[in-house]
This record gives sequence, structure tokens and C-alpha cells, in this order.
Amino acid sequence: MNEVLMKVQDLSKHFTIETNFLGKPLSVLKAVDEVSFTIKKGEAFGLVGESGCGKTTLGKILVDLYSPTSGKIFFEGKELSALNKKQRRSYCKDIQMIFQDPYASLNPRMTIGDIIAEPIIINNLLPPSEVEERVIYLLNCVGLARHQRNRYPHEFSGGQRQRVGIARALAVEPKLIVCDEPVSALDVSIQAQVLNLLDDLKAEFGLTYLFIAHGLNVVKHISDRVGVMYLGKLMEIAPKRELYANPLNPYTQALLSAIPIINPEKKKERIILKGDVPSPINPPSGCRFCSRCFKELDRCKLNAPALREVSPDHWVACHLYD
Amino acid sequence: MLLEVKNLRTEFKLKRGTVTAVDDISFTIDKGEILAIVGESGSGKSVTSLSIMGLLQKPGRVAGGEINFKSQDLNKMSQKELQKIRGNQISMIFQEPMTSLNPVWRIKDQIMENIMTHMNISKKDALARTVEMLDTVGIPSPAERANDYPHQMSGGMRQRVMTAMALSCDPELLIADEPTTALDVTIQAQILELLYRMREKFNMAVLLITHDLGVVSEAADRVIVMYCGKIVEEADVKSLFAQPLHPYTVGLLKSIPQIDDESDERLYMIKGMVPNPLNMPSGCSFSDRCDSCMDRCTKEVPKLQEINGHKVRCFLYEAKEGELNVK
Repeated sequence: MNEVLMKVQDLSKHFTIETNFLGKPLSVLKAVDEVSFTIKKGEAFGLVGESGCGKTTLGKILVDLYSPTSGKIFFEGKELSALNKKQRRSYCKDIQMIFQDPYASLNPRMTIGDIIAEPIIINNLLPPSEVEERVIYLLNCVGLARHQRNRYPHEFSGGQRQRVGIARALAVEPKLIVCDEPVSALDVSIQAQVLNLLDDLKAEFGLTYLFIAHGLNVVKHISDRVGVMYLGKLMEIAPKRELYANPLNPYTQALLSAIPIINPEKKKERIILKGDVPSPINPPSGCRFCSRCFKELDRCKLNAPALREVSPDHWVACHLYD
Repeated sequence: MLLEVKNLRTEFKLKRGTVTAVDDISFTIDKGEILAIVGESGSGKSVTSLSIMGLLQKPGRVAGGEINFKSQDLNKMSQKELQKIRGNQISMIFQEPMTSLNPVWRIKDQIMENIMTHMNISKKDALARTVEMLDTVGIPSPAERANDYPHQMSGGMRQRVMTAMALSCDPELLIADEPTTALDVTIQAQILELLYRMREKFNMAVLLITHDLGVVSEAADRVIVMYCGKIVEEADVKSLFAQPLHPYTVGLLKSIPQIDDESDERLYMIKGMVPNPLNMPSGCSFSDRCDSCMDRCTKEVPKLQEINGHKVRCFLYEAKEGELNVK
């Protein structure tokens, strides 16, 4: 599990909000700002952060739905921007996405069988005579039955629709699946079913996941390594046990302490952060977190800390550990 | 006792049949108590709160039961009488802070409207009270922010404005319907702390409606677990989490990934899904998903039994001589 599948280097995505009359940008939203990390083959890399931190944008860049403003993506050693049209198509096939909202991500006018068959046909993966067999196989893989093949998405519950979304992603035999909040729209009892399914499929098909979520308990359950994002920046990356037992960045500490624990006997020390997440259009200068940080140093306002390895495999961006 | 709900039934008459969203539920809330109702979507928890407030939309209607608030039956009151109580003695915070504020009114005008409807005070005093309330809920520079429109505020701030509005007339009962669901965890921690502080300060009772057992364990004194419109378990928060009895509660607790769990085991799954309300299984409504289902469960509906304040609706348990025995 040490082979690097994907390497992201100084990746940024900036959206222009306003331009002047010459078309020059006046205000720019830095959704993802110089983010670097690697995903190893066969692992589940978790990405956590609050709303607006850029985690979904990052996922969309990786599946080529957005093109990055700057930075490089290496997939299996090859750089994405250097690929020709045909290679790019195969890249898009290798990286699939499962979306957050199972109600909006399926075409309501297509039967679920057709939804799953479409990517196979578009990518010419199988002769037409074998497509149907494959669709039924995929339905069975995600726990749906053959007789449901000709039903429409509205006939299914949220959990079942998410299963259809997973089968569609699996249809093209991807190497990496970007799971963007796949369980946050689901009820608790259904969440467990989908999480177990994702675990099983990972083992069965040898998949690699980029698991984006805001629920820290869910991320801990499914991931091997976890990255924490805040306002477009990666604040900390570590193997999950290390991160949850020994969080270094003050933001990670506050985030972990804010999760309610299911044990009324146990009251834990809680770090209540002041204020709200600042707007990403005019983020604080220096460290992005300094306006809410409870361990702020003088230099935090002046320059942004770089992501550095402080102990083996534990990376943190914070001036406290310079 | 502040609020007593007795055998409440709420029905929705649809073309395809009648759905009983809330089926014969009874509970009480004391002064200064935080009572949580938990359940998944479709369990009837929000309909319960709307029934209490008299805010049900057609085709929903309260089909039976009593809702006694300080010994007056809210269900028998006219809308005009109810309006004197709503927003004054009972107020409510809704789930979506984005959609429950009026986008074309300034924050201060929305809060002042409520204060001036219920209190006999001048506009100047109402404004002073508005600023004071905004300060209480932790809005920075409240006098300036009172002039903002809702779109100028973040989700957490809007939820705090909603809370300020709900608390502006010193209510005795606050109904909070998923007050933190749309918010991030760090903001959720702020709002829960605020609710707690307000309870201490005003001795206000809170009916907290949520699907998040973590929030329940942090905030509530007593818990009701609902499934398909019925109460399946009721207990004080410590005994519910230490010793859950109903198979549904047990399953829910086991199926959540715990943050302090170091094992990599598979999660427990409750099989199947919530039944269609028009096509409920006969007998116990959880029987088709229950691992301990017996013959009897599919034929009869179990009764809510109570021992030492812990209530459970399940045939696995039998109340005898002051003890709850496992059969």
C-alpha cells in the first residue's frame, strides 16, 4: 500500500467574483489554495472541513469537472495537463465520483438500469450484448435486485439511490473514487448500511477512495489517512489514529472537541471557537485560521505557515511547530 | 408541569389513504427541563412540534388528544387566542435559518415585530431590547448588525438571530426543531452552549427535536425515541445511553461510528428501511427490521410499559412487581 496513485502539487482554484470594465479581476475567491498531498494505492484518504473550506471543489478538480488555476496533478506518475485527448478520456474513466445529494444526481427520466449502463456504452467497455449482464451484476454488488432494473429513481429511497450512484461509479471499473459526502443526506440507520457497502466494495474491487465529509466520526471510520482543510488550505495531514489521538493544529483540536460524544456521563473539555468562518473572498492575511485561533502568535498574522512534516507521516501547517 | 401532551394523534388525509403521522403519544415537560425527541425522517417528531404550535398545514389535522399548556388546551383554542401564546409564552426555532427569516426585512424589524406584538412597550424600548437580545446570543457589535438583512449574515449568525427572536419575549417553552442540523460542528457547539446558557438564565423549558444522538447526549435531561409515529422508549438521558432497552434504540446507538472507537470492525446495521406509512407492518411497526422479532410481534401491537421512569414499547420486556424483566 505504499505505491503512490495520485500526487497533487500546489493545486489552486480561484474563482473571479467581480471584474472591472477591462475584464481584470477585482475580487477573487480562493476556493483551493496551493494544496499538496498524495493518495496511496488502496487507501482511503479522508478530507474533512467545514462548509466553504473547498473540499468539494478539490474533489471536482480531481475528477476533471473543474480545471485548476495552477498546480499539477500526477496520476500514476503522469501529469494531467500533459495528457492528449485520448489519454485524458481514460483518466476520466479511472476517476469516478459519488455525489452528496442522491436526489439530484440521478436523471429522473432514466431507469436505474439505463443510468448504470450509460457510462459502459459511452466508454465502449463491453460489446452491446454483454452490457445487460454487467448491469445486473453491478446492481447485485450494491445490494439491489434484478427486478428493480427498470424502475425510475423516484421509486427509491435516499439510501437506495445512493446505491445506484455507487453502481454507476463502479460501472467503468475506476481506480480512484471521489466520495463527496456520500452519507450526509442519509438517516443514521441507512448511513451504516452505505458505509459498510463502501468498505466491502473497496476490498472486493481493490479501490482507492478520496472520502470527503464533514462528519469526523464517519471519516475516522472509513479512512486510513485524514487531511483537515480550512478556507482552501490543508492544515494537517496524518494517519487517522495519530490525528485523532494527537491533533497538532489548533483548528483540528477545536474541530475534534466540538463533536458531541454519545455518552452523557462523559463531559469533555470543549474549545468553543469565537466567531464564524471568514469569507474566502477576503481571507485573513497570514494563517487563514488566525482570526479564530486561541493560540495565536504574533507572526501568524504576517505570514502563512507552510505544511511541514513534524513527525513521520504527520504534516501540519502551523507556526507553533516551527 | 408546564406542558402535557395526552394521547395526541395527528393524521394526514391523502387520496391514497390516511397517514397517522403521530399515533397516540403522551409526554410532559417541566419548567426548566430539556426534553429531546429523537427519530429518523418520517418518525413524526416534527409533526409533533407543529401540532403543539397549531401550525399544521392541510391536509394534516390533530385528530385527537389534548395539548395542555399551563392547564389550557391549546388544541381547543382559536387561532386568535393561539397567536397570543405563540412567540410569547411558547416560541419555536426552525431547522432552516436560511428560509425562516424574511429576506426583505432588516433583522431588527423582524425581532421588533415580535416584541411589539406581545409587549406593550414603545418602539424605542423595543429596539433597545432587540439589541440586548442580539448581544445575549453572541452577535458581535449588535447595534450595527441589527440593521443588516439576513443575506448579510452567515448560517450560524442567522440561527442566532432566530434564537434571539424566539427568546425576545422570555418564553416559558422553546421548541427547537433541529436547531443545529444545517450548521457546522464548531458552530453547532456554539448554539448548544447558547441554549444551555439561556435555560440557566431564564429557567426556560426546551423541547429539542433532533436526529443526532450526539446532540441529545450533550444537551438533554430526558429523551423520547420515536419510530413511525409512536414512542418506543422514554427515559432520562443517563439511563437511556447506559442501558437502552428497545431493539431500535440499541441498533441506532450501535450503527453510529464512534469517535473514540479504535477498532476497525464493521458497523452494526439495522436491516431494511423505514416502512411506507401507508403500508405499515401489522403488529409492532419495527417488527420487519428487528433482530429479536418473535411471532407475537407481527400480530399484536406492544404497549408502552414503565418501570422506574424508564418506558419501553417492546414484548421483550415485561413489567412485574416494580421491575422490568427480560423475557
